[in-house]
Amino acid sequence: MNSIKFDPDVCVNCETIDCLMKCQYVSFKDVAEARDEKLKINDGKDSRVLEECLTCYACQEYCPVDNNPFFLLVERQEEKGFLPAPRPIIEEQLRMMAPKGRIAKETVSGPVVDMCAFPMLTGCVRGKLFEGASTIVGTDIFCNIMWLHFAKNSTIRERVPEMIDNIMSFYLADADTNELVCFHDECYGTYTSVADAYGINVPFKPIHQFDYYNQRLDVLKDKITPINAKIVYQRPCSNRLCPQTDPVLDEIFEKIGAERVPRKYDRANALCCGGVPRAHQRDELADELVDKNINDMLSVGATYCVFNCPFCMATLGQEVAEQGLMPILVSDLVQIALGD
Amino acid sequence: MTTDLITRLEKIVGPRFVSGAAEERYLYSMDQGTMPPSEPDVVVMPANTEEVQQVVRLANELKVPIVPMGAGLVLSGLTRALRGGIILDMKRMNHIIEVNPQSRYAVIEGGAAQGMLKSYLKKHHPQLKHSMPDAPPIATLAGNICIHGSGHLSVLGGSHSDMLTGMEVVLPSGEIVRTGSCSVAGEWFGRSPLPDLSGLFLGWSGTTGIVTKLGIKLFPSYKHNDVLVFVAEDADQMPDMISKLTSTQVAEDMTPWMTPKPDWAKGFLHINIAYGAHTKKELTFKRNLLQASVKKYIDDKVAGFLPLPAPQKGRFLQIPSPDLVRFADLRKGGGFEYVGAIMAIEHFPQAYRAGLEIAEKYNVSYSLGARIIGAGHSMMFFFAYAFNRADAEDVKRASDALEATNTAALAMGGIPWKAEQPAQQQIIDQMDPETFALMGRIRSVLDPNGIMNPGNWEK
Repeated sequence: MNSIKFDPDVCVNCETIDCLMKCQYVSFKDVAEARDEKLKINDGKDSRVLEECLTCYACQEYCPVDNNPFFLLVERQEEKGFLPAPRPIIEEQLRMMAPKGRIAKETVSGPVVDMCAFPMLTGCVRGKLFEGASTIVGTDIFCNIMWLHFAKNSTIRERVPEMIDNIMSFYLADADTNELVCFHDECYGTYTSVADAYGINVPFKPIHQFDYYNQRLDVLKDKITPINAKIVYQRPCSNRLCPQTDPVLDEIFEKIGAERVPRKYDRANALCCGGVPRAHQRDELADELVDKNINDMLSVGATYCVFNCPFCMATLGQEVAEQGLMPILVSDLVQIALGD
Repeated sequence: MTTDLITRLEKIVGPRFVSGAAEERYLYSMDQGTMPPSEPDVVVMPANTEEVQQVVRLANELKVPIVPMGAGLVLSGLTRALRGGIILDMKRMNHIIEVNPQSRYAVIEGGAAQGMLKSYLKKHHPQLKHSMPDAPPIATLAGNICIHGSGHLSVLGGSHSDMLTGMEVVLPSGEIVRTGSCSVAGEWFGRSPLPDLSGLFLGWSGTTGIVTKLGIKLFPSYKHNDVLVFVAEDADQMPDMISKLTSTQVAEDMTPWMTPKPDWAKGFLHINIAYGAHTKKELTFKRNLLQASVKKYIDDKVAGFLPLPAPQKGRFLQIPSPDLVRFADLRKGGGFEYVGAIMAIEHFPQAYRAGLEIAEKYNVSYSLGARIIGAGHSMMFFFAYAFNRADAEDVKRASDALEATNTAALAMGGIPWKAEQPAQQQIIDQMDPETFALMGRIRSVLDPNGIMNPGNWEK
């Protein structure tokens, strides 16, 4: 088993311990305390952070030297047998999302769009934006990054190589492309950040949906009718694994005439949608997060609430809509601008 | 005699509503369950209480058996004409006579269907609802109440017979009687403080009279509704979990379910908990109460609530639930039956294990579950088996499994619900002899000619 790519000396010499000091959910009285806790985690000792962590991934982004603090924390949680959620909840989801062997060889051609385990979203792949695209979907190609929320690095190590192998052998091996467009932000995080940290080989080239849209909008610039609307953006946890894509989203918004209105809980200060805390049985915290997010969104007077992650949209969409904002995925917003 | 019977019935209800045709008699000879067919001589559909009365008087005169029937969906063959005679189909008597929004009751005819009342209330009294069983919407309210059914408000209001406020009944001898407040006052608000004669017609499988009108309790219909799905791994903990969840007194319905399909559910025990509120704040408050009640189990990590985003909750909030209907068609061929046994909550683990053992022994597709009645006062534990009616061996397997289940349910202190004829015999064998003797004396008084659904509740 590959260990997480991580250098303990980096943390010993770190002056800021940003991974913990910037955490929005666990508080520390000073850097010294945060360092103590961080070193306990690094050394495999008990730390309150292991129990209090919301598993929002943000520390991955906060670490200035990419020392994989969150992946290591999950590793320690599992080593210590810590369960972020009750056993039956974790076990049922492990079974629900397990590969079912319901996959058949299929001829695909580029762009090949990986819809992860969301067959209900394949309808999003349409129109000029996805012209000529093939989609692949199902639990046999599920990215499995969700197990970071459930102290299950072992499942990631077990299943992700199988998923990669499925993607290659059933689809990409005979395709005219080696690129895989990840409709799901988490898939991209898996095949880049997770794969790198866990030492998993990825034989194809993952393309983030934002990079794909951005490029297509250049091709389709004559077809764009600016939306001319203010939007708020709900940045998901998985985007912490690929923060370089956030400025790309700004370019997309600019190209389609959508104004990403600054709000308190965006960018590096993005707040969890509340979905994972519910799985952790922390509903009152989840309620608080939902309220904070929505009040923040409403305070800036936007028309759309734009989601990157389908799970965030499922969690917040109804509440957002009830408050008068239109919940929408990035791809659908782009398609509005393209007249599709 | 049949020709004479048909002619005279035609004079009562009109020729369009009487049939002795072979195909009609075949259709009325069975339900979807495993009980063998038993044909009536004739089927009649009266339009009002007076016509019912005349049919009953005719049956008495000719000493012909008469079997009252709602939608015929009982699944345990209670509306088969075991000794031939007349099946009296109540479907034409389907009017909703009155809704009293202030005192929250409805008065309906004996053939009114669940779906009709639901639609009527939604249209005319959206602030009210009634307790729906997980049966097809055509199932009648009277039929379900008379078999002590339960439904989506049973944690709140008990079994459906507890929600009965009064009845109009045509006795086997032809008299029309009323029970409850409607026998004294104009309103149908309740059964107290009078001697409760409604019990003469509840749970008797149509052997004591024909219900032509009834009053039922209605309940507030909430703007905000939610469902929690609690998942556990140890059946022995279920009675305490149910007790704690019901102790909050905020749930409308609570339905444990255990099924081998889909694969992820196998071996786990789930409890769907439905509740509603006038405001979101109140809804959250109720959710917090429910969650706090089982915090010990959550903290111990042995059980928890499934994280269901709003779009995924829709199927759990559908009334009636579509899940049993899906299961019913699992084997194709339209065969489905279950033993529902009313029992004390503490027998949950025993019932669960018995169901698993029987399903394995008889190699039948199963779905186990329960509906909690009242604040954990009892439960209707169901052992459902799907079978292919076109496959005789499959039918036999399911039938054997049902019989074994009845035996197991009785052995653990449960009582088979809406018992089919063989199960009635099993109950009678275990019943206090004096109780059964009293049942016999009551029937003799009410039905001196023994015409009402004979073959049921007899030794």
